[in-house]
Amino acid sequence: MVQDNFLGNYTSCVAARSTNRGILAGSQDGGIATGLLAFALEQGIIDGAVVSVMDPAEPWKPMPIVATSPEELYFARGTRYSLSPNLSLIKEATRSYGLDRVGIVGVPCQMQGLRKGQLYPIGLRDVPDKIALAVGIFCMENFPYQSILQLVEDHGNTKLENVVKMDIGKGKFWIYTERGAVVQLPLKITHKYEQPGCHVCLDYVSNLADVSTGSVGTPDGWSTVFVRSKKGNDVWAKAMAAGCFETKPIEEVKPGLELVTKLATEKITKNRKSLEERAKFGVGKGLRNPYI
Amino acid sequence: MSDKITAGHVHMSGCTGCEVAIADNYAGLLTLLDKYVDWVYDLTLADVRHIPEMDVALVEGSVCINDHLSVEEIRETREKSKIVVALGACACSGNITRFARGGQQNQPQHESFVAIGDLIDVDVYIPGCAPTPQMIRNVCVCAYLLLKGNDDQKALAGAYLKPLMAAAKCDPAPTGCGHACGCDLIVGVINQGLCMACGACAASCPVRAITMEYGKPNIDRELCIKCGACFNQCPRSWYSFDVTNQYESIMETIDAAMAP
Repeated sequence: MVQDNFLGNYTSCVAARSTNRGILAGSQDGGIATGLLAFALEQGIIDGAVVSVMDPAEPWKPMPIVATSPEELYFARGTRYSLSPNLSLIKEATRSYGLDRVGIVGVPCQMQGLRKGQLYPIGLRDVPDKIALAVGIFCMENFPYQSILQLVEDHGNTKLENVVKMDIGKGKFWIYTERGAVVQLPLKITHKYEQPGCHVCLDYVSNLADVSTGSVGTPDGWSTVFVRSKKGNDVWAKAMAAGCFETKPIEEVKPGLELVTKLATEKITKNRKSLEERAKFGVGKGLRNPYI
Repeated sequence: MSDKITAGHVHMSGCTGCEVAIADNYAGLLTLLDKYVDWVYDLTLADVRHIPEMDVALVEGSVCINDHLSVEEIRETREKSKIVVALGACACSGNITRFARGGQQNQPQHESFVAIGDLIDVDVYIPGCAPTPQMIRNVCVCAYLLLKGNDDQKALAGAYLKPLMAAAKCDPAPTGCGHACGCDLIVGVINQGLCMACGACAASCPVRAITMEYGKPNIDRELCIKCGACFNQCPRSWYSFDVTNQYESIMETIDAAMAP
């Protein structure tokens, strides 16, 4: 078990990508989240999973759903850089959907909410013992839907319904359109549109997930994967044995863990500072610190 | 096991839903009674008329200040118990009894209800309407370990209970803490720049008063019963890295303690 102040506890870290071309065709990077949940669903490790798809009513607006089939999981491939309150369905998944083994995908703050909910299930009756697999995503910050609209349509001069993929990488916000145009915005522009609540977040790589994954650290088309908990180890080992993923040691890929550590340190250091500034925000008065 | 703690259930103005939630641990309740707790007082389940001395009193319901017996009993509960737990939202914050205005048979003059913390010092809050069986289980196991466990268990259980003990000492302040209303989310989380759109509040609401609109909670205040579940479930209301970073070992400890 590696214990790292910024990257959390993990038993192994690898570069990986799905061996399923169908998954890779629509995934953000290495298709880890979709591939792992699809495998877990097929094996009966989970009965379904809370994932995020695009709202049919508004382009690129995420909407949480409870996916109970591989087809529904496939709809959820790829990243939508906006708010998807996946935890809002965590109890419903065990009620209307009747799931006994629930999978969930989420960003670090949602993994924190999930674990708080399992330890302190104040309004989550019968949920804590039914969480079978939590897949965490790396996350630097998130954007309200109106911010995405503003960035893509105003700054990017691109119609949101024509966009086929968005990505944040190499210091830029990338917008790919269906006709092949690529727009890139420097992150200097995107910063002011970030969700304010992200600025107190002290987790970059979903330290509390069973398995966490993200693009940072690995080449295009691959993902960095941290395997963290007993449940995570169990399902990852089974998925590897079944040939779901090809992997490379993280030490052998560029830019590798060094970049992940660098970005995690930057995020957490910046947000610790923002918590300090909040404490003396007014004159002799501050803003609330949620961490006790 | 001889080293049990003593506990009981004190029934103020509540609907017995909290007690049902204790029982909803099913076989787990039997394990708790077999191994950890002597159940010394409970109007519904035990043939004991007067509140005895006990280690832990679980108080359900708010106090009707128009009913002198209730007032006497809540005072007596405080005097005779080492630890007083406000079990459920009525005891913690008044919950739905906050809407009462009397006129109900057969005691129409009973119209004023206050959270038990308005009259006595409370040690631990278990909010929610009803509190969940798993939450009650977790608190019971941790309370036992805090009182009777080894040093490691004491530290772990102490860290676990700390936020619930802090909640019991919390004044209604600009933090939003203490009002036990959906508006706490707005005042204490969104107004403070802390909401990150996880949806835990919507999932925890027992009356489905919260929908997520563009990622943020929208509260139907006509539906809200003031149970406080949403605010307390929110990871940005209070959050302990000490506890959640050890979530796996805490849950294993609880599972091991609950093994029959």
